[in-house]
Amino acid sequence: MIWIVLAIVADVLVVFLVDPHMPPGRFTKAASNQTEINNLLALIMTPIGVGVLTFLVYALVCFRQPPGPLQDGPPIRGHRRLQTGWVGLTTAIVLVLAILGTAELIETPNSRAGAGAGGGQGPTPISSPAGNPLQVQVIAQQWQFTYRFPQYGGVETFSLALPVGRTVEFHVTSIDVIHSFWAYQLGVKADAVPGADNIAFATPRKPGLFEIRCAELCGLWHGYMYSRGHVLPAAGWRRWIARVQKANAPATHYLPKYAKAYYPAPTQRGG
Amino acid sequence: MRLTALDAASSMATAQPEGGSISRSTRILCTLGGTAVVAALVAWYVVGYAISLPPTVPQASAAGVTNITVQTVASYGRAPHPDWVSYLVKNEQGQWVHSTIWKVPAHSLVRVTVYQYDGDSGLRNPFLGQPRGIVGGTMTVNGKPLHVLDPDDASHTFTIPDLGVSVPLEGVADDAPNQCAVTPCTMAQAHNTIVFEFKTGKPGLHRWQCFVPCAAGWIYGFGGPMQTVGWMDGFLKVV
Repeated sequence: MIWIVLAIVADVLVVFLVDPHMPPGRFTKAASNQTEINNLLALIMTPIGVGVLTFLVYALVCFRQPPGPLQDGPPIRGHRRLQTGWVGLTTAIVLVLAILGTAELIETPNSRAGAGAGGGQGPTPISSPAGNPLQVQVIAQQWQFTYRFPQYGGVETFSLALPVGRTVEFHVTSIDVIHSFWAYQLGVKADAVPGADNIAFATPRKPGLFEIRCAELCGLWHGYMYSRGHVLPAAGWRRWIARVQKANAPATHYLPKYAKAYYPAPTQRGG
Repeated sequence: MRLTALDAASSMATAQPEGGSISRSTRILCTLGGTAVVAALVAWYVVGYAISLPPTVPQASAAGVTNITVQTVASYGRAPHPDWVSYLVKNEQGQWVHSTIWKVPAHSLVRVTVYQYDGDSGLRNPFLGQPRGIVGGTMTVNGKPLHVLDPDDASHTFTIPDLGVSVPLEGVADDAPNQCAVTPCTMAQAHNTIVFEFKTGKPGLHRWQCFVPCAAGWIYGFGGPMQTVGWMDGFLKVV
């Protein structure tokens, strides 16, 4: 009874104090779905956590060692109803979460309703968006992300800008060690692996800034692999891509042909 | 009732007199001693890391321009890593110092002169062959302006990601005569002179690095000097 009361109180506090600030926010549909799942997880695990703590306090109070010589405690016998209920409840929780996660994963990532999971789905995603998504190749290297736009002459940039309302198809790869592309507010987090093409989707809902970090310990300056990306109105984004195409034209001339992945072949010295 | 081995062991344990257990003072002493040892180890690690960083080298300013003069060498030639590729920098007295932590004024123009003595390694990402974030978008190599460097000719890059500065450094030809073998290298030895300027912003601490995996002998050229402050990585202290 004590546990039930405490669990209800804790869940009410979670709803009013924690849920409004739950990451990663609602910058994209994928991020919004992740936020809702995080809220659900918080509501489920709060009573469990409260139960564990309640039992801990109960055990500390009721099972203290009495004064005098040490004695064996009373034998503990099985309690079939309790055990069945515990196993049944935890199984139901795991199944519900698995169904929710799977539904999120296979949701079609288009700009109108769907989201996609936001995580990297490898080179052959379970579901792909309709229409013409903006392809952005994320190239990780020690210690900076660069971005390549195959639909715009294969131009590569240091900074990342995305148009609002258009589904983005990230192709995440690396040219040295393992990194992880984490665009926090977009709800995108995908491993960057040398020789691999890891695809993730996002559809920004509004103009603004988002944070980009590396989420895989990758060497000396891993902590400095941080930058900010911009979501721009469609017209502003078209101006931006035209500007970087012009500014980076000398380097674009020397870039290799666009590929899904680049293998870290030894350089003249390394290897 | 049959006595199992577990019950027997339990009975033996409970039969132990309290006088045989470790005393409270001993336990407190052990806890304090263990805590002190752990604290000492953490302090030793932190202090060791702090004093292993190279010295901060202030750079001289004149007429609103701060000059940084550096040289890149294929191997430092001295302890603790004589075969590691590295940078050296001139201090305010004009002496070469082995450090990659440099101090410059905020909101100033910085003119960097690189004497490049190392051979070419090639850029892993050819995108970095174009200088960026520098005044006029152009650097000079041996007095001639250059807008982009053939990626195969790059030896290193000097890149400050926070400031958007990235400059490829052209390597000397493999068959160039009179190549440098002992640091600091001299102007008589084979080198390229690269000059560029950039502007510092507000005060801050900015890491800089080389983007060419140039660590000879390490897998894919990524280890050793590429992963160590004082060699191919450093800090720009803008004060």
